[in-house]
Amino acid sequence: MSQQRKQWPLYEVFIRARSGLEHKHVGSIHAVDARQAVEHARDLYTRRQEGVSIWVVRSSDITASDPGDAEALFEPAKDKIYRHPTFYSIPDEVKNL
Amino acid sequence: MYTQGLDSLGADCLHQATDAVTLEQRFQSKVDEDERIEPKDWMPDAYRQTLIRQISQHAHSEIVGMLPEGNWITRAPSLRRKAVLIAKVQDEGGHGMYLYSAAETLGISRDELLEQLLAGTAKYSSIFNYPTPTWADVGAIGWLVDGAAIMNQIPICRCSYGPYARAMVRICKEESFHQRQGFEIMMTLARGTPEQHRMAQDALNRWWWPSIMMFGPNDATSKHTAQSMRWKIKRFSNDELRQKFIDITVPQAEFLGLKVPDPDLRWDEATQHYIHGPIDWKEFEEVLKGNGPCNRERLETRRRAHDDGRWVREAALAHAEKQRARETQAA
Repeated sequence: MSQQRKQWPLYEVFIRARSGLEHKHVGSIHAVDARQAVEHARDLYTRRQEGVSIWVVRSSDITASDPGDAEALFEPAKDKIYRHPTFYSIPDEVKNL
Repeated sequence: MYTQGLDSLGADCLHQATDAVTLEQRFQSKVDEDERIEPKDWMPDAYRQTLIRQISQHAHSEIVGMLPEGNWITRAPSLRRKAVLIAKVQDEGGHGMYLYSAAETLGISRDELLEQLLAGTAKYSSIFNYPTPTWADVGAIGWLVDGAAIMNQIPICRCSYGPYARAMVRICKEESFHQRQGFEIMMTLARGTPEQHRMAQDALNRWWWPSIMMFGPNDATSKHTAQSMRWKIKRFSNDELRQKFIDITVPQAEFLGLKVPDPDLRWDEATQHYIHGPIDWKEFEEVLKGNGPCNRERLETRRRAHDDGRWVREAALAHAEKQRARETQAA
């Protein structure tokens, strides 16, 4: 096969289910440009009124943390339980606290 | 799905000192604890290959699965049935897209996946190599084929690989309408004229055994089951799922007043299960090998669609590139 075919680039798709909610990642789609990605995302991800708004972003434009760094990044928060309200003991008779 | 274009960060320094054994142990204990594996996590190569094989087969099945039913879109008996069938076939295409995306997170490109299908090197569910000569076949496919697919797919919603599990949740939600519309078609025919009733029975006769075979070979001969269970890609064995399907489907056939084409089928009080007759695995093997009634036709149709669409794909890309170039010039 001689054809040096170029793939349509990949976009990540985010959908707002209804106003008041945040956009949420739902999957991805191939498209030639962002406008077409929105059109295709509409056909693929909102066939049953799953959304009122669509965001798309080129997958290659996303910067993500490395799973290998997960410990270094997220473990330090583990022993800081004083950041949670349940850390503090307050007598039962104190109300509305 | 899930940003497979992001390999630029840190892939080279992948866990410098940790050796393969520790990585594999850590991976398995994650799986054992029902944690999900995500695209950029370390995984054994065999796990990756198994998933690519299974997810792509699944995707190809959805895509080829559009063909037997697409056969009836122009001849659906009413506008309602036509609208429903178009929606269903569109869903199948969508399911293929979700699954290709999930497979792509494992490092294989969409083009490679499609090439494997069109070259005939990748498998798809053998059920789609059977023809749909009557309208009742559309009913039988929805009821039985989608019914069996749901039975197979629900446990995959808890699969250890995140993107596959998430795609499956979406698919299962949509699949339920497919089965119900199929049953409704069967019900209408079974309660119709004697000729329509015969048509429904004939469709059940032809689709019953292929549907039963959709669950794959018997556990004793299934080569991938044990490993897939350990990796939690699979949660139930082929025979367990097949039994579940038969147990819920036989009463539905009785409700329709149709006869399941298995002379040995009987209810077993002791086990509270139906016992079914022997399955003709020779037929299954033949269809899988490419000698089913429609194997050649299905692939040819797919190839033609792919070739005929080539100029559209290329033109769209060329147009987008031209637009981009113009915008940079204007800036």
